[in-house]
Amino acid sequence: MADAAAAPNADQYEEQHVHEVYEQIASHFSSTRYQAWPIVKSFMQELEPGTIGLDVGCGNGKYLAVNKDVFIVGSDRSSNLVKIAAQHEPHSAIIADSLVLPHQPGRFDFAICIAVIHHLSTPQRRQEAVKVILECLRDDGRALIYVWALEQKNSRRGWDEGDDQDVMVPWVLKTGKKNPMEDGATEKTFQRYYHLYRSGELEADVNAVGGGVVDSGYEKDNWWAICCKSESFTKASG
Amino acid sequence: MKVLTLNFLTCAVKACKSTSTSFPLHPKDCEMVSDTIEPNPKLLYNILPRVNWTALLTTVAELGFPELPPNPPTIEELQADEKMTQELHTLLLETQISEGCLVCGNCGHAYAIKEGIANFLLPNHLV
Repeated sequence: MADAAAAPNADQYEEQHVHEVYEQIASHFSSTRYQAWPIVKSFMQELEPGTIGLDVGCGNGKYLAVNKDVFIVGSDRSSNLVKIAAQHEPHSAIIADSLVLPHQPGRFDFAICIAVIHHLSTPQRRQEAVKVILECLRDDGRALIYVWALEQKNSRRGWDEGDDQDVMVPWVLKTGKKNPMEDGATEKTFQRYYHLYRSGELEADVNAVGGGVVDSGYEKDNWWAICCKSESFTKASG
Repeated sequence: MKVLTLNFLTCAVKACKSTSTSFPLHPKDCEMVSDTIEPNPKLLYNILPRVNWTALLTTVAELGFPELPPNPPTIEELQADEKMTQELHTLLLETQISEGCLVCGNCGHAYAIKEGIANFLLPNHLV
């Protein structure tokens, strides 16, 4: 069990149990991440040509490939993943922390943040991440946020309602016999921290920072929400 | 780092974001390269109204490129002017900063660009 909420320095905890892991598994992780989830794909495909967006925690940039008629600035903490993401034209990718984004407020038509904020280890930091994303949006802007669900009893992991929401999830890095690691091993297990979201928790986080939920739902072991800057903008077209 | 990207970046320091001097960031000691990217008029025409033109004029002057018109061209003007469309495509999407840094005009912090990728992670004392 991960006791993240009690960690004295959440940022140091995440550095060790999230950022360092992704930096080391970047290439292997990227080779397994090429399928776009349907909800994300349709959100991206419906964007107006020439709109400007963010992909916060873009990883290897697999969603940058979905729509070439918009311009996206992707960002990620892992420089090794950003190097891969930067190859997706016509977009751009930078190294940045999702809680400290280098963007002006109100400039962006859309944002996506897929499988990212469940790596933040306190409720305050998860809400702050939503707030930082919403601040970047124009008044009519929309953000799609996607997080891992606690309720996934038919998945390989088998978690369900009532289970611990803060967990460590192994990633087995396989190098093959031709490229063993320094100690001669051909595989190494890394542990990544995750906060598994309960039903309704993502929407509550959006509302807690003043944002409005336009639409939300469940897709294959994940909760998602399309949100906007303020409750009063949920009815605007977009 | 594309010239267009620079138009959508500012200093990561929270206190700087509300100041007018933090945008645009100032390129310093930059090496430029040119990539070939497939022209996409639909993208270019629709991006222009979202570009902060004043900031773009500053960036272009600081990088030492030929001056742009004082106001952004309209879609109609671009449709009638293939040369200008090509030039803007080259400037915004194909021209890249490969090495150098971006400096905040408010706090003076310099963000390094290496192999075309800018790093906005802040040292602990600035977070």
